[in-house]
Amino acid sequence: MSDVLLQAKGISKAFGGLMAVDTLDYTLERNSIASIIGPNGAGKTTFFNLVTGYYKPTTGTITYDGRQIGGLKPHTLTRIGIGRTFQTIRLFGNMTALENVQLGMHYRLKAGFVGAILRPPRVRQEEAEAEAEARALLEYVGMKGYEDAMARNLPYGYQRRLEIARGLAIRPKLLLLDEPTAGMNPNETQEMTSFIRRLPQERDVTILLIEHDMQVVMGISNKVTVLDYGKKIAEGLPAEVQKDTRVIEAYLGRRAVEALKHG
Amino acid sequence: MLASLRAGWSRVPPLLKIAIIAGLIIILPPVESFVGELLSEALGVNISLITQVNRALIFVVLALGLNIVVGFAGLLDLGYAAFFAIGAYAFGILTWPGPNIDLGTSFFIAILIAAAVAALFGMIVGAPTLRLRGDYLAIVTLAFGEIIPTLVRNLDEVTIRIGSWTIVEDLNLTNGNQAMNPLGKPDFSFVEQVFRLEQDRLSVGVNPVFWYYVIVVMVIFVLFAARRLENSRVGRAWRAIREDETAAGFMGVNVVNAKLLAFAIGASFSGLAGAVFASMLGLIEPGAFRFQTSIFLLIIVIISGLGSIYGVLIGGLLISLFDGVVIGQILPAAFRANSEIQSSIQSLRWLFFGLGLVAFMLFRPQGLFPLEGRGRKVPPQIAPAPENQPVTEAV
Amino acid sequence: MLRPYNDTFEIGFLKSGTGAGTFAPSSASTPGIRYCMDIDQQIFVQTLIIGLTTGGYLALIALGYTMVYGVIELINFAHGDIFALGFFVSLVLFGALNPPSPMTGAWLIVALPAVILLTMLITGLVNVTIERVAYRPLRNAPRLAPLITAVGVSFALQALYAVWQSPSTVAYPNYLPREDLLESVFGLDFRILSFTTKELFLFAIAIPLMVALTLFVDRTKIGKAMRACAQDREAAAMVGINVDRIIALTFFIGGALAGTAGAVWGLYLNSGRFTMGFEAGLFAFTSAVLGGVGNIRGAVLGAFIIGMTQALSDRYIGGEWTRIVIFGLLILLLVFRPSGILGSTQSIEKV
Repeated sequence: MSDVLLQAKGISKAFGGLMAVDTLDYTLERNSIASIIGPNGAGKTTFFNLVTGYYKPTTGTITYDGRQIGGLKPHTLTRIGIGRTFQTIRLFGNMTALENVQLGMHYRLKAGFVGAILRPPRVRQEEAEAEAEARALLEYVGMKGYEDAMARNLPYGYQRRLEIARGLAIRPKLLLLDEPTAGMNPNETQEMTSFIRRLPQERDVTILLIEHDMQVVMGISNKVTVLDYGKKIAEGLPAEVQKDTRVIEAYLGRRAVEALKHG
Repeated sequence: MLASLRAGWSRVPPLLKIAIIAGLIIILPPVESFVGELLSEALGVNISLITQVNRALIFVVLALGLNIVVGFAGLLDLGYAAFFAIGAYAFGILTWPGPNIDLGTSFFIAILIAAAVAALFGMIVGAPTLRLRGDYLAIVTLAFGEIIPTLVRNLDEVTIRIGSWTIVEDLNLTNGNQAMNPLGKPDFSFVEQVFRLEQDRLSVGVNPVFWYYVIVVMVIFVLFAARRLENSRVGRAWRAIREDETAAGFMGVNVVNAKLLAFAIGASFSGLAGAVFASMLGLIEPGAFRFQTSIFLLIIVIISGLGSIYGVLIGGLLISLFDGVVIGQILPAAFRANSEIQSSIQSLRWLFFGLGLVAFMLFRPQGLFPLEGRGRKVPPQIAPAPENQPVTEAV
Repeated sequence: MLRPYNDTFEIGFLKSGTGAGTFAPSSASTPGIRYCMDIDQQIFVQTLIIGLTTGGYLALIALGYTMVYGVIELINFAHGDIFALGFFVSLVLFGALNPPSPMTGAWLIVALPAVILLTMLITGLVNVTIERVAYRPLRNAPRLAPLITAVGVSFALQALYAVWQSPSTVAYPNYLPREDLLESVFGLDFRILSFTTKELFLFAIAIPLMVALTLFVDRTKIGKAMRACAQDREAAAMVGINVDRIIALTFFIGGALAGTAGAVWGLYLNSGRFTMGFEAGLFAFTSAVLGGVGNIRGAVLGAFIIGMTQALSDRYIGGEWTRIVIFGLLILLLVFRPSGILGSTQSIEKV
């Protein structure tokens, strides 16, 4: 089993004349935590959408666990272990927290409609196990007691946690988190960061993060990649990337770079 | 008030619940006769409640099926009555002693086949169309719902020729514009033999009270199936699709297959109801299945509470009975002296339901008996987490 | 189709006989070449004419569907019933004026346009009101909500017509003069085939309206605003377009056109029912999809194709099957080519 879980080579996505992602090469090692950062519109979520099958690459290839996945549908990719959360929370609002998590297990469970109606012992056991596992996951993310709450009634921080619990229910090998700390105050962000840090070891999963909060990025990433206008402009350890002038320029503009140089 | 009723009901032990419900079911026919007689005397016109209750129960089965399609999976089906027609006509073809074909299938087998045929049509319609966007799917189902009755009207002289072979000639399948009758009835002779009752003691014929019990059994079965489906892996997938189809796909749900399943199962409920309805009436004709029926069912589901099984049960009964008894019998009887008002009543009925639908969509889209607060346990501490609470136990 | 008749010795006007029409010079002394069409050919041409007239009023209705869908992505289920409203409103207005049937001279020049304009105004305003009351509050609701509401509105309107006018067929007096132009202008008198002043009237109303609308949307500033809203409502709002007003205008125009179609139908076909909106609406919607939803020229093109299809099917296959043909066509379109002939401005498939 090689160390590389995900590899994108020359991947591009064009919308009409706009290159949202432009000949990107990307490598992700197993059980690591990597971050993708960049100004708004840099192509980060588009890259996520390519990896998760929502978009088909215009050019280039994506290899996951040794297998070409470019162009496969999202639900197929889920079944081979790619999970994600969303920039704007996309929970199933009128379902309970427990049911949301159980939905993540959908493809692993076997019961069909006949089994649903008749409920033979095999199905009953499967449902019981699924419920137990879902409860355990909710407890793992610190939501014990909220199992029967409607997802849309949950406070914001819990909704984010629920999304992660649902993502973990897939038993993914690769979990993409799209701005998991968006809208959180410093304390919540701190909690979320520590939590994410433990995931690779405790859950045997590789994490790929899109983040705007530099504290988070610098705090937990093994590798940081910076995108701008769909291209990779810098990559490396957090400390290296932080000082890269191209990165500063992308975020703050050339004048800021000048100011830094002279100030 | 509704919430406290619900809370009270959920505290009743299950066996007692079953006993109460069984009791209500059993005493209903005599109560109906009694009330029916009272009304008949008061209004001077013969009012039959039992047939209306039977009709209402059939609508409940249909509404439960539509609830699966629209309420669980979120697919707007405007031609749902087509499956009702397919079920009825499948039953008819199987049991009608017509001029060319007389299959003479037994009632119980025929209704199952009819349900299966309806499900099959559900899949045929659904397969190419379920990937369409919601509003276009609605129109497609509407078009399908219009095609079926027209097709049925023209199947009285079916002639199929391939090359020089004549496979069938002038086959009268559906009796075209005329009614198909008589049709098969349930045959309980085996039960009679087992319990050594006299022959034909359990013969149903057209006795509405016997049909009431037959239909109640169907309702119970359908309720049971719907409840089981709702709380299953399949049901969760449907509801997830209704909430956010894209996210459901990302979570591993094969959305197209799940929608197809919802469509097919909903269609099968409708087909089953259609077959039983046909048998009960003893005849079917194309005019009975129209767009208005599809919309009436949609109105029931929405006003009752989209997705809520018991809501649809209660709401379906109330609305159908209101429509059948009040609008269908009491009002015309009360105004029978004035024929102008009488004919207006029918039209006003649709005005009432149309405006009702608009009103509910604008002001109470969750319906009368919504899903939320179904006695779901809400933990006492629903509040933002205190600042210092760790995300998980410290390791 | 017109072929010379061999027997050339008869001069004069043959009015009946074998169903042939003849063309003869006005002067009785010169021999003429006689052209004739047999019954089947006449029927065919007549069917084509019916197809064109059907296309004419279907286009007016289809335009409303396609424009409304363009701006707010709603299939206005009740749009067909605005067409019906035009029928009933114009009927009542004419009833109040009580012109002779057929109308002559002054009536034609004054009363006819007045009634039609007033009908357009009323149906347009009613449509705007419906949008304001029933659809606007749901603009941010899930997409199916306004569609369901539209179904409710449609039913309510139909019920209203049944109570207000009649639950059975309503007769619309024959206000238009019916003069066979083939006869009076060309001197051709066919047994079956005719092109009368009624057909002329229908086209005289429908075609200029279609042209006017196209010019309006393409060339005027407001038209541009409408197109902007159709493409991207948010962006349009951001550049200062009053989206609410544009939507209201779209509904007004759509309603006015549909109402005109209703009046025209009444004047041309002389009867209607409270359910006329339902079927005409679906046929018009099929036309809009055929041409490409959101595409104005497409709606017109689609309407004429559907009109032709309906006429030919009615004549040669049988009235019952027409619905199956057209609805089947609708289903096939949506499944295999939802963007229509000229291309749609909206996406149809689930992304």
